[in-house]
This record gives sequence, C-alpha cells and structure tokens, in this order.
Amino acid sequence: MSALLEVRGLNVVFSGFPAITDLDFTLEPGELRFLIGPNGAGKTTLIDVITGLTRPASGSITLAGQALAGRREFQIVRSGIGRTFQTSVVFEELSVLDNLDLAAGFRRRIPALLRRRHGVGDDVASALDMVGLGAYANRPAGALSHGQRQWLEIGMLVVQRPRLLLLDEPVAGMSRDERERTGELLRAVARDHTVLVVEHDMDFLRRFASTVTVLHEGRLLREGSVAEVRADPRVQEVYLGRTRDELDKEVA
Amino acid sequence: MTLTWAKRASFVAVAALLLAAPLLLSPFRLDLLAKYLCYAIVAVGIALAWGRGGMLTMGQGVFFGLGGYAMGMHLKLAEAGPGQLPDFMSWSGVEELPLLWKPFANPVFALVMAVVLPVTVALLLGLLIFRQRVRGAYFAVLTQALAAAFVILLVGQQGLTGGTNGLTNFQFFFGLDLYDDADRRILYLVVVIVLGLSYLGVRQLVRSRYGLLLVAIRDGEDRVRFLGYDPALIKAIAFAVSAGLAGIAGALFVPVVGLLTPANLGVIASLELLIGVAIGGRYSLAGAVGGTLLFTYAKTIFSESWPDGWLYVQGALFVAVLLWAPRGLAGLADQLRGAVAARRRPPARAPLPVVPTREEARA
Repeated sequence: MSALLEVRGLNVVFSGFPAITDLDFTLEPGELRFLIGPNGAGKTTLIDVITGLTRPASGSITLAGQALAGRREFQIVRSGIGRTFQTSVVFEELSVLDNLDLAAGFRRRIPALLRRRHGVGDDVASALDMVGLGAYANRPAGALSHGQRQWLEIGMLVVQRPRLLLLDEPVAGMSRDERERTGELLRAVARDHTVLVVEHDMDFLRRFASTVTVLHEGRLLREGSVAEVRADPRVQEVYLGRTRDELDKEVA
Repeated sequence: MTLTWAKRASFVAVAALLLAAPLLLSPFRLDLLAKYLCYAIVAVGIALAWGRGGMLTMGQGVFFGLGGYAMGMHLKLAEAGPGQLPDFMSWSGVEELPLLWKPFANPVFALVMAVVLPVTVALLLGLLIFRQRVRGAYFAVLTQALAAAFVILLVGQQGLTGGTNGLTNFQFFFGLDLYDDADRRILYLVVVIVLGLSYLGVRQLVRSRYGLLLVAIRDGEDRVRFLGYDPALIKAIAFAVSAGLAGIAGALFVPVVGLLTPANLGVIASLELLIGVAIGGRYSLAGAVGGTLLFTYAKTIFSESWPDGWLYVQGALFVAVLLWAPRGLAGLADQLRGAVAARRRPPARAPLPVVPTREEARA
C-alpha cells in the first residue's frame, strides 16, 4: 500500500528561525492520526505547509504521489486536502445550509454558480445529518454556539469529499459534552476518510486516538500508539517537563 | 412571505412612477431625473462590489468615464460626418483623425466598447490586485489613485480627449434629436429601462450561489480560499460587473447631460457616487438606488438655493450616516420593522442553548 501523504526532508524557516527541521512524515490511507507537541513544536506550521499557506525552505510533500509544491491554496484543496483553523470561521450571515452548499459546490464553474440554490443536495443533507445540525439548517450560522460552529466546519469539509482532512485543535474551548460529541463525530468521519488531528487535550487523545506523532521544536520526536508515546520518557520530559506520575495527576 | 410581496409591490410602484414621470415633470426636471437615474445605475454596481463583495471602490468614475468617452467619441464623429474632424480637434490644431478614434465611427463598436472597455480594465486590474491580496483601505486608495491618474491623462491629451472641457455639443443620439423634448422623453425612458434591467440583473446575481459566495468572501476570504475557490476571480468578476454598469451609465450620461468632462469622473465625482450609496444603505440594492436619487436630488436643490452650504451638508450627511446608521437608510428601515414586529409579538424564537466554556464546565 502506498502512502497517501508523504513529507520528505521538510525544512521551514521563519526569518532565520527554524520552525520545522528535516521532518519526514507519512500518512497511510484510512488513518486517523493525532499530531501533538508543546507550543512552538511546528504542528500548525506543518498543516500550513501542506495546505500551501506557508512555503517550505526545502523538502517535498506529495499527495498520492503527486507533488504539491507551487500549487496555490485553492488548487491544493481541489486536489483533495481540506482543513480547519484553530479559530472556526463559518459564514455568519449565511444559513447553515448555505454554508454547506457553498462548500459542496467548490468544483462548480462560474456559470453554474449563477443559479439560485433549489432544494438540498444529497451530499449536503447527509453532511447536515452527520454533524447533527439538522434542526438549525435554516438558521444563520452566526447564531451557532462555538461547538456547533466547529461541527459545521467539519461538515463543510466532509461534504467536499476530500482525500485528507486536517483538523487544527477541533476541541479547543469546548465543554466536556461537546468534546465527547466531537470525538464521536471524528470517529464517524475517520471511517471513510484519512484524518490528521492537531490536538493537545490529553484526555481527548487517550479516548479517541490510536496512532500519535509527537513533534518537538520542529523535529519528529516519537511516533506510535498512545500508550507507547505516553510511556516514552523523552516525550514526558519535553512535552510537559514533568514525570509520568505528574502527567497522570494532570489528566485525572 | 408578506415582506416579499410588499417589496414586489413597491418595486412595481416605483417603476410605474418612473415611467409616468414624463407626464408629470417639466422637460427641465425630467432631464435632471434622467441624470440622477444614470448615477443610480452606477449605484447598483457599487452595491454589488462594496455592499456584497466588501470592495470599497473609490474609482467608479474611471469606468463611468470609459463608457462615457466611448459613447461621446462616437457621437462626435457621427455629427462631424465622414472625413471631418470633431470641433474641438480643429481648435486644438489636430489635422488628421487620431487612430484611436477611427473605429468609434462604427456605432456597434462604440456601444460594445462602452461596456467591454470598463469590464476588461476592471477584470485585469481586479485579478492583478486581488491575487496580491490587496483589500480594504489599500484597495480603496488604489482605486482612488486610478481616478486621479485617469483625469490627469484626459486633461493632458487635449487634442485626443478635449482636455479639461471634455466632449461637448451633442445634437443627435442614434437618430434622436437631443434638442427636442419628445425625443428627450424617449431617451429618458431608455435610461429608466436600463436601470430596471440592471437592478433586476444584479438582484438575481446577489441571490444566486455566486452572490452568497461573494458575501462569504467579504466575511472570510481565507476560509473561502480553503474551500477550494479562487477569491481573486470571484471578486474580480463582481468588480467587473460593477465597472460594466458604470460604463453603461456613463454612455447614457453623455446624451442625457450633453457633455462629459474630466470633472464628471474624477476623485470627487467618484466619491459622490459612494456617498449616495452609503446614505441609502450599501447592503440593499433598493437602498443604494434610493440613496443615490435622494443625494443627487438634494445636491440640485441645495445648489439652486444655497450653493455655499451644499459642501457642508454633504460632509455632515456622510458623517451622520457613518456614526448613526452605518447600514444607511435601508438599515434603519430594517431596524424599524424589526422593532415594530418585536412589539407586536413576543420573541418567537427561543434563544439557542448557551454552551458553557471549558472553565465553567469544570467549576
């Protein structure tokens, strides 16, 4: 089986400061991978580079064998990579349905855009159902709570049928219940998508992650199951600067 | 539902009133109204670019001028007759018709150019600057500089453009005698019909998926980019449509007013176009049209009775709108409707559940 996403020898430098150094990173099709690391580890930078927002100093990124270098952001999205941001952005003035419809129609050409929306497409309806916002379909997205916005954003990604989803801290700022629901949603999405999640909520990680990649100061520190990663003393040291016992106390 | 019907009824009422105006107004006032309606056509385009797309275009005069000069050049040539030069060229000592002018002798070419020229300029310029992610105040200043540069160009090329005097003395417009009241009424009706079509066309555009996308870009351009759309292209198209409408308005302005000078399309003229839209409400097409009609009418009234005061009134109006009614008169009307509706019945919608933050949940 060939890798879906392959990052080789990636270097990113921000005005002299190395943000990512010699990073190799691979995602197999169908994986649900968590990406963790302390602040400044380069997690979001990695996502930014993959999606074309930041240009790397060197290294290659390929999606199913195709190089992404030099493509503009929207072209990368069209080749099958969708992402969310730490701060959710939905189009507040548009209804939840219209938000999803715009996301679904990103391959429409300009003439097809000139028509009004009539009814609800099957893909939009199923995404609406998946994220559980059916009751809010005709409300403006600006009226949604923080958690609901994140779900809408995930719905907007799923409806685009991407080959790879990149989620940047999807449960940040969420209540316990919302985190729970987001985790379930994530599992449902991961059933037929490849997903990379940046997250450092340890509790969330333990419940929903299988494979974890740890970054530290722009380098790959460890890759493995949640248990392996948590048992690694290097991870404990750099990630929290604390011992395993303290970490457990923190989580409990 | 009732609101939709109310809107339709008022559209029909306004259309009927405008179509009946030739029976109600003196030829002098009818001419003025035709001029206001030309500006209203520009306003429809500004409401699209600024209200929907968030592009504060301070140089619509450029596109107005491109359309106007395309039309003006044709009318001058048609009047001079084959082989003859327009009057101002002889005064400037030009002996041979400049190459630039030659194709405008063809009426179809001139009409097409009145639209294609502004659309092409706006599309190319738009793609160039939106791709560089120039937006907000920077875009506004850039378009204003364009208007200033355009005026300098026009004034500097006396022999080609008529300089500061512009193009004047038009007698005929495609067979209509511009000094005949009956023919002028026909010209007025043409302006009304073009405004109506522009309004309906842009209204359709605003309600389409494209219109929603434009609003989405206004409120979250980066998010739209990461949905796989090219915001630069979407915005450039809206900018080009608004430029095309300004061009059409300019082309009609020439026979309606009988002259076109750089002062009609410079920085100040471009700003005045914006102020009308701001007063009426840039988020509403009807507001933009109504505001522009109101503003241009007020300008005439004040210039007749208290010419020195107009500038102050204009400035005060603009400040008042920015301070107290950023969504313009249309926004005030919406608020009023909302207040009345809220008083009539208790809030129908239950507020959305408030989700506790992480800290609150832990507490």
